[in-house]
Amino acid sequence: MRIGVVTFPGSLDDSSALRAIRVAGGTPVPLFHASDDLREVEAVVLPGGFSYGDYLRCGAISRFAPIMSSIIVAAEHGFPVLGICNGFQILCESHLLPGALTRNEGLHFVCTDQPLIIENTSTPWTSGYTKGDRLVIPIKNGEGSFQASAQTLAELESEGRVVLRYADKNPNGSKNDIAGITNARGNVVGVMPHPEQAIESLTGPSIDGLKFFTSVLQSLVGR
Amino acid sequence: MALDTVAIASAHPDLDQPWRELGLKEDEYARIKEILGRRPTSSELAMYSVMWSEHCSYKSSKVHLKQFGDKAPKSDALLVGIGENAGVVDIGQGYAVTFKIESHNHPSFVEPYQGAATGVGGIVRDILTMGARPIAVMDPLRFGPADAPDTRRVVSGIVAGVGGYGNCLGLPNIGGEVVFDETYAGNPLVNALCLGVMRHEDIKLATAHGTGNLVVLFGAKTGGDGIGGVSVLASETFSSSKATKRPSVQVGDPFAEKVLIECSLEIFAEDLVVGIQDLGGAGLSCATSELASAGSGGMSIQLEKVPLRDPSLSPEEILMSESQERMCAIVEPAKLARFMKICKKWDVTATVIGEVTEGTRLEITFNGELIVDVPPRTVAHDGPVYNRPIAKPAYLGSLKPTLLPTVDTADKIKSELLKLISAPNIADKSWVTDQYDRYVQGNSVLAQPEDSGMIRIDETTHLGVAISTDANARWSYLDPYNGVKLALLESCRNIATSGAKPLAVTNCLNFGSPEDPGVMWQFAETVRGLADICLEMGLPVTGGNVSFYNQTGATAILPTPVIGVLGVIQDVTTRTKMGIPGARLQLFQLGNTADNFSGSEWAYLYGQMGDRTPTPDVATEIRLINLLLVAQPLFESAHDISDGGLAAALTEAILRNNIGATIELPGADIPGGLAAALFAETPGRILIAVDPKNVDAIQALAEKYEIPLHKIGESGGDSLVINDAVISLNELRKAHTETLPKLFG
Repeated sequence: MRIGVVTFPGSLDDSSALRAIRVAGGTPVPLFHASDDLREVEAVVLPGGFSYGDYLRCGAISRFAPIMSSIIVAAEHGFPVLGICNGFQILCESHLLPGALTRNEGLHFVCTDQPLIIENTSTPWTSGYTKGDRLVIPIKNGEGSFQASAQTLAELESEGRVVLRYADKNPNGSKNDIAGITNARGNVVGVMPHPEQAIESLTGPSIDGLKFFTSVLQSLVGR
Repeated sequence: MALDTVAIASAHPDLDQPWRELGLKEDEYARIKEILGRRPTSSELAMYSVMWSEHCSYKSSKVHLKQFGDKAPKSDALLVGIGENAGVVDIGQGYAVTFKIESHNHPSFVEPYQGAATGVGGIVRDILTMGARPIAVMDPLRFGPADAPDTRRVVSGIVAGVGGYGNCLGLPNIGGEVVFDETYAGNPLVNALCLGVMRHEDIKLATAHGTGNLVVLFGAKTGGDGIGGVSVLASETFSSSKATKRPSVQVGDPFAEKVLIECSLEIFAEDLVVGIQDLGGAGLSCATSELASAGSGGMSIQLEKVPLRDPSLSPEEILMSESQERMCAIVEPAKLARFMKICKKWDVTATVIGEVTEGTRLEITFNGELIVDVPPRTVAHDGPVYNRPIAKPAYLGSLKPTLLPTVDTADKIKSELLKLISAPNIADKSWVTDQYDRYVQGNSVLAQPEDSGMIRIDETTHLGVAISTDANARWSYLDPYNGVKLALLESCRNIATSGAKPLAVTNCLNFGSPEDPGVMWQFAETVRGLADICLEMGLPVTGGNVSFYNQTGATAILPTPVIGVLGVIQDVTTRTKMGIPGARLQLFQLGNTADNFSGSEWAYLYGQMGDRTPTPDVATEIRLINLLLVAQPLFESAHDISDGGLAAALTEAILRNNIGATIELPGADIPGGLAAALFAETPGRILIAVDPKNVDAIQALAEKYEIPLHKIGESGGDSLVINDAVISLNELRKAHTETLPKLFG
């Protein structure tokens, strides 16, 4: 099962996302921003990092990369897309997801082992979890505060599109403690925490992130 | 200003030149004239002044640093030694690692964010230049008193700068230090370490050979930032620094560096360069003269080809500019097209600016006019060497022994312990380290606050490396010879506590003005001590950095030699963590405690320095390291006892996983009583947690390696109980973790 990971100039967690796909049992496929060729992958991860140095706004320049035009079209047809951190920011800039990620409330970059609650298990990326599961996954970002209009927030909540919520302590001032959301169709997911950094107990605080990757492989098999 | 050419310099020998303003001494200027047989052109003067500055030429330290060569232990591990951008060591399985620390102290006081950021950027390029992929950074930082008005500005800016740059490069920050002391007010220390890995065959050197090969400048365009940064900022104290028209501190662009890293690694992988050098201090002056002098000597550069961010720059400014994120490569003409194609893929600007020539001169033209014509070695390596006067400082004659309260009641134990663990130097540093990404790249096995940072090198074989940086500046102040020895031993102990075997050493020597004979004595003693201890431990020094002039007026910083030790671990899954992992484990202290509080954090809280360092016991330390390595499978946790003594070590080991402990300490039975047992910083001690079933095995090993083993208690519960004193984990955590957030927000 081929899962792609896009490298933009300034992507940082691309190698970790490729590793996570491999550890989950998939075939990781590196994709480069400058090509619109999806190389026959069946799902794609937009990894964390500082694409284009976060210049202008996080994700604002990457959104115009050739690969994104292919991803946007595919996503509109139900292709599974996971945006992690900077990838989430790119998805918002691409209007595949609503809202925006803004500067953390405390104005600092925050790297910490973050407790989280799984809210939605109907997406291809979270189907392996049980609603209410408590996870500990690293967050590491400077602009992770999720903001949206009251109307958008009400929609997200009423349609069950909040995928992941911060537990115990909101680290960045995100509205409704939102750490991850999905689109109306449920195939595009954006999360601020880094599941690809929680797949081995040796290098992560837990292996709670691995199911993001095993979930998508299973959901693709069952499709 | 009209262009000053070689022809004009020859025709007008008596022109009055601003050599003094550029930081040169009269005899140095005379020496340049002697080398050239004429007065230098203004461009040559710029090059010599910046390359002969203390920062670039090591003119005050050279005579001492040669001891690292004279006393070098025999080592099979050293692949590239001192003199290149960074040393390289063999870690087995065909892997080589390179690591180095550099200082960026003065710029970080002037402009904390950019100073610290470009400090990280510079050391990362040094590592990249060796052909290695940078894989981790560490940052030993030192600041003025935590509650002083200016400290908040400096701390906030420096920490944000280290994070802002390193995080954006995707380099996990896995350790370092944060220390506060009066002498660093106005002289913060920003030392940055970078670690890189490569295969043996991929090592690259800074050399330009092969007549006709091309000199390619790639990376960011050259701007007016950092001009004079090296010679002015690093060579003179602040009180005498001169105003410059342009910002002296460089401005970093981590995104440009990130693509430069990926671009360079792709170029290296296809073997497209003959030699490579990064542009750091002294910019093009340094890169061209060092590349040429490491080759056959001949090079011609057409300076007008350098892509500029600011078209008004004069040739002198282009030569001196320290614009960041630039590299200079020597490329065979046949490989140029492929080189350029990779640069284009990464949107990196690359320009041929010259070529390697026959002969032995570095010739630089600007629009066809010859403005530099020098033997490159005279610029890069034949700078002045000073044997500066040395005198044992007077303060050493008036040191007083410590006079500290006795700790004999439960109330005293509790109040003194809480006071100590909440002091800024001992308190939890998460406020700093949570601003750094420790996870990126997915290979961080250990990161701060663990004893050492550990990185997995090979996912299949589990080969890894560990790094620790340490300094105890107060001990170096009391006795610089033994102080640095103790710092190195602590670093080795930290590595071995985590389960890795010490392999090689780097250092960053931060001192006051070398023109002060007392400071120069501290420096000379430090280098002598470091060379001796490296020989005794059999560890090669792979490189280092000297930072002088860290002083305001007549007050120098505490002598601060920061030592970095690299270790190797064959299987990272066997590493030992510092946190006590569960209840009902037996707690032991390896090593004896002595009655000496000099230089300790507890004495510092009472405003006392003391009078003598502990005496380094190398034979015992080596036995302890060997014991730590063989006993790893028997440890549930292990933590070095150093700053803050056993009290701090227990607090850290307990709070890591919120597992309490009950401790019984001898009071009257040991010298110094309970106070020493808790707060003395006697080196050579480790706190370990052991499963009851392994106690016999530990005892047998300790006996075999002749290391004293003291049972001190048992883990479990929700308090730290020491004799009759009971401190709840909540009280302990509050005291330990609230200090820095309260101070710095």
